[in-house]
Amino acid sequence: MEPKAIFEAVKGKFGEAVVELQEEGFRPAFVVVSPESVREISLFLRDDPAMKFDSLMCLSGVDYKDRFAVAYHLHSLEIGHRIGVKAYLPREAPSLPSVDGVWPAANFQEREAFDLYGIVFTGSCDLRRILLPEDWVGHPLRKDYKYPEFYHGIKV
Amino acid sequence: MKARAEALPTQEMLINMGPQHPSTHGVLRVILRTDGEVVVNARPDVGYLHRALEKIGERVTYAQFMPFTDRLDYLASMNCNAAWAWTVEKLAGIEVPERAEYIRVIVCELNRISSHLIAFGSFTADMGAFTPFLYAIRERERVNDLFEDICGNRLTYNYVRIGGVSADLPDRFLEKTKEFLDYFEPKIPEYNKLISYNKIFVHRLANVAAISGGEAVAYGLTGPNLRGSGVSFDLRRSEPYSVYPKLDFDVCVGTGERGTVGDCFDRYMVRINEMRESVKILRQAIAQIPGGPVMAKVPRAFKPPVGEVYFRAENPRGETGIYLISDGTVNPYRLKLRAPSFVTMNIFEKVTKGLMIADIVAVIGSFDIILPEIDR
Amino acid sequence: MSHDPAHSGPAPAVGPVSLGPEAHVMVGNADKFINWCRKSSLWYLLFATACCGIELMQTGASRYDLDRFGAVFRATPRQSDLMIVAGTITHKMAERLIRLYEQMPEPKYVISMGSCANTGGPFYKDSYCVVKGVDLLIPVDVYVPGCPPRPEALIDGILKLQKIIEQKRNFAAKA
Repeated sequence: MEPKAIFEAVKGKFGEAVVELQEEGFRPAFVVVSPESVREISLFLRDDPAMKFDSLMCLSGVDYKDRFAVAYHLHSLEIGHRIGVKAYLPREAPSLPSVDGVWPAANFQEREAFDLYGIVFTGSCDLRRILLPEDWVGHPLRKDYKYPEFYHGIKV
Repeated sequence: MKARAEALPTQEMLINMGPQHPSTHGVLRVILRTDGEVVVNARPDVGYLHRALEKIGERVTYAQFMPFTDRLDYLASMNCNAAWAWTVEKLAGIEVPERAEYIRVIVCELNRISSHLIAFGSFTADMGAFTPFLYAIRERERVNDLFEDICGNRLTYNYVRIGGVSADLPDRFLEKTKEFLDYFEPKIPEYNKLISYNKIFVHRLANVAAISGGEAVAYGLTGPNLRGSGVSFDLRRSEPYSVYPKLDFDVCVGTGERGTVGDCFDRYMVRINEMRESVKILRQAIAQIPGGPVMAKVPRAFKPPVGEVYFRAENPRGETGIYLISDGTVNPYRLKLRAPSFVTMNIFEKVTKGLMIADIVAVIGSFDIILPEIDR
Repeated sequence: MSHDPAHSGPAPAVGPVSLGPEAHVMVGNADKFINWCRKSSLWYLLFATACCGIELMQTGASRYDLDRFGAVFRATPRQSDLMIVAGTITHKMAERLIRLYEQMPEPKYVISMGSCANTGGPFYKDSYCVVKGVDLLIPVDVYVPGCPPRPEALIDGILKLQKIIEQKRNFAAKA
């Protein structure tokens, strides 16, 4: 299915929660949705017979300077089409529902986004720091992150 | 026996496996809770090699990031280099000369062979047989010699450039590669005779950690792990890139040869068979490679257009994806590396429930994970 | 330091002196003997974090054989006297590295292999979680540069370490 058709189908079902389609300069195209509806839309995209997006290729956090975003790249093994889903989040207390009940592949990637950006995934089965030590302060991939001087007495 | 076991008061043991461990393929820590020898829960703890590649990517230029992709998965350096080059070329719409694409495919497939050799060697060493490891390194040294001819280094090559490759093939490289293929092809049945169908080896791997096709897709397994579960999906065939449409090869799939479909033995055999297919691809590429330039015209201060792109390549360990956001400056804005081993670890905790401690080693080896990819 | 009972010529100043062909007595310098034993059987801990680990494995394998220098790999620090730190050390790993070093029995030696272990390597400038050199954590005897160093370079590092061991005075009078 073409990105425009996927966008129309999702907008037809979820209405206001689907904000826009980013197509020009974006490969694959992104369907921008509101953060609260991410879980329902993911379930629809996975289970609907015309969509069948059974494979989550990649889940990443992004820091656009004025806001955060979580970008999902989806792929369907049966039908062969690809789409991206993006949800924009405010910089203070970014949080959205977790999709690890929909695609279990999301778990580690959500933990990574939490670790490096501070984005909280509500309802996640296991949300802890994964790449950095447990007592690290701060979220390093944010654009305004300041490198610490010392960590446990060793120069950073 | 069971009644007696239930009568005795027992306690769960909490054992730490790693981060320094001979069989964990790097600095992986597995926190094991065991009831005797049987594992109740095995939780992986990663991050001991987190080197902030993504943050570094935001501070260097596109060309300067190429050596860092080497260190992403150092056993498949050429593949990672090429994945980065293809991503940036997709974003900027750069047309790569055909000879350069053939050279990229040749080095990628040679690197696939050498990566699977280490996977085979270290896996059998983990299972207790040290000799196949030495055989594998013997073959791998010949591939290292070929790579040394081409770019000067044995491990982290930094050979591919955005727009092509850094230098043309040296004299007699294609003949030497053909000699290597003629030498290597009869070795694969030799490995099968040596260890693959050995009764103890098969017993240790058959029916251990069987993963069904649907589970594998849901948990994000890719590459040989996914094909070992019976799902015939290979990016070089399903979403072909570079010159793969012109090359003919079979997609190796696990068939439940000695146990269930998707067990450790299937994943192991898929890698052995993939080495054979890589030899086939290499022979065709060597026969088809055209002449011509090896580098497209790319400006020195390279500024791609504003946009976002996601590209994925079939690496020896699975699907390496790069999500690149460009804001029109010389540095990438955001660079996300989707490493196959990282996503494969999702299923680790689920699949190891009820196994013995020695089987944990078999599972880690059969997934062929590599820690710098997981930790980036 | 070779012992050959058949040749009983003029004895060197420090070295074996044979008192007749059947004597089987060797007189020499205790320091030299102990250092010879120690340098010829350096058992190294398999501590490979990153890319240099693969070069370490290949140095110990078929073509460049470390076993001919007496160096075999051990999986546990309790049985090894050489730690070849091969690969990047991150802050999360630093504590464990120090613990492994403390678990090794004396006399122990450390070879820092590769750029990352020497100074932080290519991650020196922009990485927030890489320890900029393993000598910030433990004392290092030999630095082997390279990214990754060739097996010949690592063998050269081990030979240099053997020279260092040869110089050691085990029975120096305490001042």
